[in-house]
Amino acid sequence: MSAQSPTEHDTTHPSRRAFTLASVATAGLATLSACAKSERDEGGSSGGSSSSGRDTFVFGGSADPDSLDPVFASDGETFRITRQIFEGLVSTKPGTTELAPSLATKWTTSEDGLSYTFTLAEGVKFSNGKPFDAAAVVANFERWYNLRGIAQGEDLAYYYRSIFRGFKTNDDPALGTSLYAGSTANADGTVTVNLTSPFAGFLASLTLPAFAMQETGAVEAAGGNGLNGADPRQSEYATSGPIGTGPFVFAAWERGQQVTLKRNEDYWGEKAKVASAVVRVIGDGTARKQALQNGDIDGYDLVAPADVETLKSADFQIQNRPAFNILYLGMNQALAPLGDLKVRQAISHAIDKDAVIKNALPSGTKAATQFMPENVIGWNDKVTTYEYDVDKAKQLLAEAGQSNLTIPFNYPTGVSRPYMPNPETIYNAINQQLTAAGIKTTPVAEQWTPNYLGTVQGGTNHGLHLLGWTGDYNDPDNFIGVFFGAQTNEWGFNDPGLFEALAKARTVTSQDEQETTYQDINEQIMTLLPGIPIASPVPSLAFAAGVKGYTASPVQDEVWNTVTVADS
Amino acid sequence: MLTLVVRRLGLLVVVLFGLSLLLFAWVRALPGDPARALLGEKATPAGIAEVTRRYGFDQPVWQQYLTYLGRLLHGDFGSSINTGEPVVRTFSERFPATIELAVAALVLAVVVGIPLGYLAARRRGGWLDNLVVGGSLLGVVVPVFFLAVILKYVLAIQLHWFPTSGRQNARIDATHVTNFYVLDGLLTREWDASWDALVHLVLPALALGSIPLAIIVRITRASVLDVLGDDHVRTAQAKGLPRSVISRRHVLRNALLPVSTTLGLQAGALLSGAVLTETVFSINGIGSYLFDAVTQLDYPVLQGFILFIAVVYALVNLVVDVSYGFIDPRVRVS
Repeated sequence: MSAQSPTEHDTTHPSRRAFTLASVATAGLATLSACAKSERDEGGSSGGSSSSGRDTFVFGGSADPDSLDPVFASDGETFRITRQIFEGLVSTKPGTTELAPSLATKWTTSEDGLSYTFTLAEGVKFSNGKPFDAAAVVANFERWYNLRGIAQGEDLAYYYRSIFRGFKTNDDPALGTSLYAGSTANADGTVTVNLTSPFAGFLASLTLPAFAMQETGAVEAAGGNGLNGADPRQSEYATSGPIGTGPFVFAAWERGQQVTLKRNEDYWGEKAKVASAVVRVIGDGTARKQALQNGDIDGYDLVAPADVETLKSADFQIQNRPAFNILYLGMNQALAPLGDLKVRQAISHAIDKDAVIKNALPSGTKAATQFMPENVIGWNDKVTTYEYDVDKAKQLLAEAGQSNLTIPFNYPTGVSRPYMPNPETIYNAINQQLTAAGIKTTPVAEQWTPNYLGTVQGGTNHGLHLLGWTGDYNDPDNFIGVFFGAQTNEWGFNDPGLFEALAKARTVTSQDEQETTYQDINEQIMTLLPGIPIASPVPSLAFAAGVKGYTASPVQDEVWNTVTVADS
Repeated sequence: MLTLVVRRLGLLVVVLFGLSLLLFAWVRALPGDPARALLGEKATPAGIAEVTRRYGFDQPVWQQYLTYLGRLLHGDFGSSINTGEPVVRTFSERFPATIELAVAALVLAVVVGIPLGYLAARRRGGWLDNLVVGGSLLGVVVPVFFLAVILKYVLAIQLHWFPTSGRQNARIDATHVTNFYVLDGLLTREWDASWDALVHLVLPALALGSIPLAIIVRITRASVLDVLGDDHVRTAQAKGLPRSVISRRHVLRNALLPVSTTLGLQAGALLSGAVLTETVFSINGIGSYLFDAVTQLDYPVLQGFILFIAVVYALVNLVVDVSYGFIDPRVRVS
């Protein structure tokens, strides 16, 4: 049954009303957007509760911090924030890996390399007014040493485990004797830290943000040690009450949204130029770029190589971080014929590193000759190299009886790491070169999480593979010690001589001795040729034109007290 | 009515129990090792063994499930493997963002959809009708994700009319009471903060609202057409009642019945659409958190969040059924 057609004059009224409703809604949206536009043009709103753009530095982070207590963190986003709140005894010269004084103004090492005495900066106070002195340093070392239970886990005390190797009471049977023997606050105000065995990288490791000085009284009062089985990252201290000596103090953390820091008005050093610093959480790299272009943020990290030129041409500043990482092509010797040195040499000669860099890595990236970047102690400029030479590669394969070689080539997808911005492109570039040298590959692509690392590091069923490492502090052990210090599934070889040499090198006491010892080991590794170091890609940061005073650091030791933001 | 509610709640308990079992089996069937996903490329064998032991992943699956169920019955939904944060707390912190977005999308869909549908039905076959029918078809077939990206690109990146991401300008120092940012601003009288939050909501709400909008328009149009042909409307017209009274009392009231049902059914679509919308606009709701949990293999978060969503979904449906009874007396009798 059809509706009775309404007469003309009847329809006008109500339908006009309904139409009005719809148009009001549309008009409302238009007004909204117009207002939004005008507000954007003014660069923020004017109101008692908001500060002008120049007083706030907004940085785009890629994730929430894990917690605000750096000793329980191993991720860059947590450290980005804790570096503003806390300081360590030792720091790095801005933009380099060289050691520089921080809360300790000078230090001496005993002959046997077992004790370090630090002279402390004077008149330093924690942001809750408590004095920073020798007793506070001892309290920090003792706090870490006495951690128990869940707090000892690798997902929490990662850096303490990897540097100190054990606690006062080990709750994990895999842990050993702690490197820490004890510490004393001396009568003259200095502090002495004793070790159970010499460790060449000790001073450099103190630059790690995990070992920053905290106000242990506040930690204790707010449950920051996670006793009684509680997760210390969830304590009141680690979520809303961190107390350090740094140029900023914690103000607020809205999970998944942003962390807000305020200037520490009583800071002992150069006070922050901006009144507050905010780290906005924007998970997606493209979204971070768009937020910068739109003026929502003032800068961000890990700019995709493809975006660098776009941003430059739009008058954004690009800062390159001195590379402190290494990308390599690993070869699993447990898989025949990769156990044959001739085959590994052939593969080395088949690879044109410069072409890989040109095709797949950011401009300014240098080819690598060994398993560490140039700015690490022990880098060897005379190391054995394998120049690009396809004929030589073919000849070596023929000698090894492997002219028709086919090997699996594992590479990850869905990931971007500083040493590996786009693994698929890198794989393609290397694979073409191998094909040109007559080496066939069977590509095995897997998602970074959860599968790729399991296959490459956890299993034995992989051949050639792409992986790498970002260094944490200037110590060769943090690179080659990690890769080749013991027999692993990833490399599939057993070379007790090399493992022994690396274990011994850890205990060398002087930097000169470290230099020569590790140069020798680098040569040893490149003769053994467990894999092929490809390059140290240069990571980039991007900033709005008005941002000044930000110095990019190879080890991400970037403190924002010198940063200013002008309208751009 | 009361028996209906009690019966439905009883059913919900049974469903949740079954769901917890299914979920548990499903997340453990996901490929990969959560301990390795957690520790990344810097994992050591000792560290992986220790994390595996701590979370009980080395125990038989049935035993893990019983442990999990025991905790669930005590109201403990577990903690994130990634951050150690209790799932319940994360949920309560992030749910407001998703609700705010879903409500904004629904309001948009209702405010625009019902009048448009009504008008299209009134002018059946006219240009507006054709536009509405065509447009709603487009609204149904265009994926939310795609629309979100397009809206963001045109209105935020190219025209700078709207912010590209987030819920509030980072430079605004706002106080958060309830975590509903628009509401917070009103409560604390920080008008600019509230306004800014609203501006941030526009694009995501447009993208997410496209689905319910298209559906509401079509259903309103269809049911208005249906009702217009009913005897009681003809009687009312014959009685000479003013057009506005007929529209309000006789046409719209009856026509809105199927619309309200649809709104309830849309809750599920809204939640799944919110996952994508939140990801595109970097909004810290449960959608984006769930997305991260999947990539990180964060078992407790996946299990807890999905259970929570199931509860919310079931309760929303219950509310719709009950409200149906208020709108339509015939339902109450049966």
